[in-house]
Amino acid sequence: MSANTLISDLFPELSRSVQIFVPELILSATIVLLLLSRILGFDKKIPPCWTAIIGSLLAFMAVFAQFMYLKNGGRFHTDFVRILFEVLQLSGDGVGLVGQPYFSGLLMHDEFGTFFRLGLLLFLVLVITLTVLTGIPDNEDGPDFYVLLCGSTLGMLLAVGTNNLLMLFVAVEMMSVPSYVMVGFLKGRKLSSEAALKYVVYGAGTAGVMLYGISLIAGLLGSGTIPEMGDRFAFLMGTKAFSLASGETITLVLGIIMVLVGLAFKLSLVPFHFWAPDAFEGASAEVGGFLSVGSKAAAFALMVRFVLGFDGQVPVLQSLSTFLGIGLGVMAVISMTFGNLAAYTQTNMKRLLAYSTIAHAGYMLLAVSALLVTLNAPGDSKLNPAEEALHCVEGLTYYLAVYLFMNLVAFAVVALVRNETFSEEIASYKGLFSGGPAVKVLCVCLGFSLFSLVGMPPFGGFFAKWLIFMAAFKAGSVHWVMWVFVGIGGLNTAFSLYYYLRVLKTIFMDPPPTDRPPVEAPALVGWYVALISIPLVILGASPLQDDLSRTAQWVASSLFR
Amino acid sequence: MSDAALLSLTIFTPTIFAVLLMAFDKKAEEGMRVFALIGTVVTFLLSLMMWGRFDMANAGYQMSVNADWIPTWNIGYTLGVDGISLPLVLLTGLVCMLACVASWSIKEKIRGYLILFLMLETGMMGVFLSLDFFLFYVFWEVMLLPMYFLIGVWGGPRREYAAMKFFLYTLVGSVLMLIAMLMFYFDSSQITGGKGVFSLIELSKIAQQGGFNQNMQLIAFILLFIGFAIKIPSFPFHTWLPDAHVEAPTPISMILAGVLLKMGGYGIIRVAMPLCPWAAQYASWFLVALGVFSILYGAFAAMAQTDFKRLVAYSSVSHMGYVLVGLAVWKINESGKTVNPDLWLMGMQGAMYQMLAHGISSAGMFFMVGVIYDRVHHRDLNKFGGLMQKMPWYSGVAVGIFFAGLGLPGLCGFIGEAFVVLSMWNFSPVLAILAASGVILTAGYILWTIQRVFFGPEYKGPHGEDITDMNGRESSVAVSLLALAIVFGIMPSIMLDVMNPTTEALTKSLSTGYSNSGGSQPAAVPAPQVSLTK
Repeated sequence: MSANTLISDLFPELSRSVQIFVPELILSATIVLLLLSRILGFDKKIPPCWTAIIGSLLAFMAVFAQFMYLKNGGRFHTDFVRILFEVLQLSGDGVGLVGQPYFSGLLMHDEFGTFFRLGLLLFLVLVITLTVLTGIPDNEDGPDFYVLLCGSTLGMLLAVGTNNLLMLFVAVEMMSVPSYVMVGFLKGRKLSSEAALKYVVYGAGTAGVMLYGISLIAGLLGSGTIPEMGDRFAFLMGTKAFSLASGETITLVLGIIMVLVGLAFKLSLVPFHFWAPDAFEGASAEVGGFLSVGSKAAAFALMVRFVLGFDGQVPVLQSLSTFLGIGLGVMAVISMTFGNLAAYTQTNMKRLLAYSTIAHAGYMLLAVSALLVTLNAPGDSKLNPAEEALHCVEGLTYYLAVYLFMNLVAFAVVALVRNETFSEEIASYKGLFSGGPAVKVLCVCLGFSLFSLVGMPPFGGFFAKWLIFMAAFKAGSVHWVMWVFVGIGGLNTAFSLYYYLRVLKTIFMDPPPTDRPPVEAPALVGWYVALISIPLVILGASPLQDDLSRTAQWVASSLFR
Repeated sequence: MSDAALLSLTIFTPTIFAVLLMAFDKKAEEGMRVFALIGTVVTFLLSLMMWGRFDMANAGYQMSVNADWIPTWNIGYTLGVDGISLPLVLLTGLVCMLACVASWSIKEKIRGYLILFLMLETGMMGVFLSLDFFLFYVFWEVMLLPMYFLIGVWGGPRREYAAMKFFLYTLVGSVLMLIAMLMFYFDSSQITGGKGVFSLIELSKIAQQGGFNQNMQLIAFILLFIGFAIKIPSFPFHTWLPDAHVEAPTPISMILAGVLLKMGGYGIIRVAMPLCPWAAQYASWFLVALGVFSILYGAFAAMAQTDFKRLVAYSSVSHMGYVLVGLAVWKINESGKTVNPDLWLMGMQGAMYQMLAHGISSAGMFFMVGVIYDRVHHRDLNKFGGLMQKMPWYSGVAVGIFFAGLGLPGLCGFIGEAFVVLSMWNFSPVLAILAASGVILTAGYILWTIQRVFFGPEYKGPHGEDITDMNGRESSVAVSLLALAIVFGIMPSIMLDVMNPTTEALTKSLSTGYSNSGGSQPAAVPAPQVSLTK
């Protein structure tokens, strides 16, 4: 008996698991290579940023091949995908089998996860490109920085496929720990170290709470497999109704809330947001951009998977779902209102964007809240719960896809302008538009991004917000309070305009200070920012938004099989 | 050219020209101006071509374009034109062209200005031509962005405040409209049993068959009405208008008054009323009263102004009040039948005509204020006087345009006001008398203004030595507006014939919609079942 057959007999699904895991393996190899480059000294010959870019691009290609294969219904649509499959030793049997967990039930392979992995790796490539353009980190620190960046992304890739409570904890920690270091990466800056310390202390605290919550849930239900939780709880409760007075229910609710605390920390939702403004201000803008998008996308995917674990057609689960949904909805409106109000008085651009991300986490959480409320709508309601729940996830997915670009543009402009003016204060942006051609492009793109963040057509942010509001509005026919949430969300949209416009006013309308020479920037950065701004318009005013909407619907449907 | 191409080009020609402006050299300012002017002229010619193809006997939508945009959500790229939108499309093309001529007075950052100006025109054309609620909303917002910058960058001393105020007010209105849009989408999905509907044609069909229940109509109507009333602007949502007008540069003021305000009226007649016929009737008393109040309030406020431009701005509040009144004079008897539908039709036509007339006269008035401001650099009415001696040609034309604003018979302003006031008598004599007294107040403040500005001893105020009469470019704008004011005053039929079939069909379908939604019965009646044939 050869070693190969022994392994395949012992772990029958190993071959499939490894195939699915290829992108993560490539990323891990990149990390090892980056670490070795320091020891072996070839980081002097090949700049570490190139190693990182090539590694992440390869990983992106791998997940792209998987995604395209699934999207075309298990066929190779182009030769390119076929070649990728051959090179990466992927097979239709392995990658094509969706909806089944892999690595002994710890991770789930489905379209939803693959789509998020695709987005995250694309984002990684774009962020690394940005760091190359801004020159943070320098060549000396390069290997360390990219190891952390890729390591954190690896954690996110695990998070979006989580199928087990244990994996949930591991993934959240894996994406958090490198980000603590990245926040403090600007050595010798007091602000940066302070921010990292705050972030670490908060992170450690919430991780502890989350772990306790996981132990409560797993202890009560006797399993850590997320999709089984609902059934097990229903079995445990038998015919008992949902009531917070019963021991089992209160334990479970407590456990769920504790896990959600851990996720809310990653999402910087009020009241677990305190770290965000400081961490964003202390960290470099590149890191801020990475954290604001990457960890949010991963944490939202994780949250959706986690709450869908309690899906079920029994009354006790339905009550639990509605209870959680409304609770999250309250948190969502508090987050968006607080984030928007707090952003009013900010004078630092990164702090302003930090509060804006808090508000946006609120909008996105509204989709999760709507998901929970609609999913278990009582039978007599006018909705078709299965279909509406799909639209909730579709809205969230679309929002995250647009959010990726709009926040990246905003943070990229902050980073690139900082390289020219050495300041991130809003006051230093006065009359920035009078600068050179590349600076003009930066200003216009920042305008696109901020208007998209407000949710103005013809930018992608509008359609994304519309999808989420629509989902929440429909959920209102199950519970009226969702209508109140939509109303508050709408008002928040109008409020938020003011502080975004203040930035644009400073850039476009204020006269430039007389003691500053006109700001110039290399043409290349203008092209980069223009390139990542194009999706904002495409996803808001072109027939392609139908494609993304359809894709988002399709990936969402994989959660409800 | 196919119909689809014609309508799409009317919307997107300005955008194409805006993009091409990027290719110009920084120094070639004159070239850019001429190029942008060509863009607006081409757009205007396209809208004239649309008029040429328009079948006046047809009440429905013509030259329809039906393409998918986001089929997953049933959102279409649906365009079309009917007797309600065509006059406004023509007005937009015309005012934009003249405003572009007036833009020669803009001296700095000319490229950015022209690009935004052309984008604005795209937004406005899009609003008037789109027949899909979602598309309508997108264009509605698209128009906001350039406007903000046009006021904020090229405006007067308090431009930033004014631009922010304008943007915030309108965005609040838009958000309310967005929520109403969600309501219609959701409710129509209940009715069709599948995807919701965004097409305004389909939605108004459902409403006509009584598909939306009364409570829903009422809430949606309130949301939509606030959104549109901000734009009209009607008391108490008008306070952005004086600020925006005073700070905006002259060509932008012309567009604001000439076209943007019409969108409020257009929104009510195109969206709010057909989709909520029951609620529109239910609210008619309130709407008429609000309109009358706006007429009087605007007139009194205008009388109290010392800033020339602010005066014209408040006169807009007053004049647009007639639009609101004319649309809403819908009287029913106890059994829910419309009383004297012909008079309501007259009111509606008056409202439509008033929009056109006001588009011409107010754009003219703002232009005239701009001309004198460019010379003397102030707008203080107390420091004017005696311009007639210094600039006889200017003063003559200006007096003509102000008379058109006043509503002098034989000029465009008269027809709309007369129609509205006459139709009101049927609705409520008391309110009609009040509205008619608004005409007197208007005459009061406009005559008083003419006296203070043009008559009296020769002008001795600031920059008196710089005064020259209008140059050829300015004369061409002013004379075209005055000529149109006269043409529309003596031959109202050119536009009334276009509007007539559509407005008549609209009043009929609204009456049907009202009785199908339960008529004068209280709200408890369940909505009848509706079958949509599509």
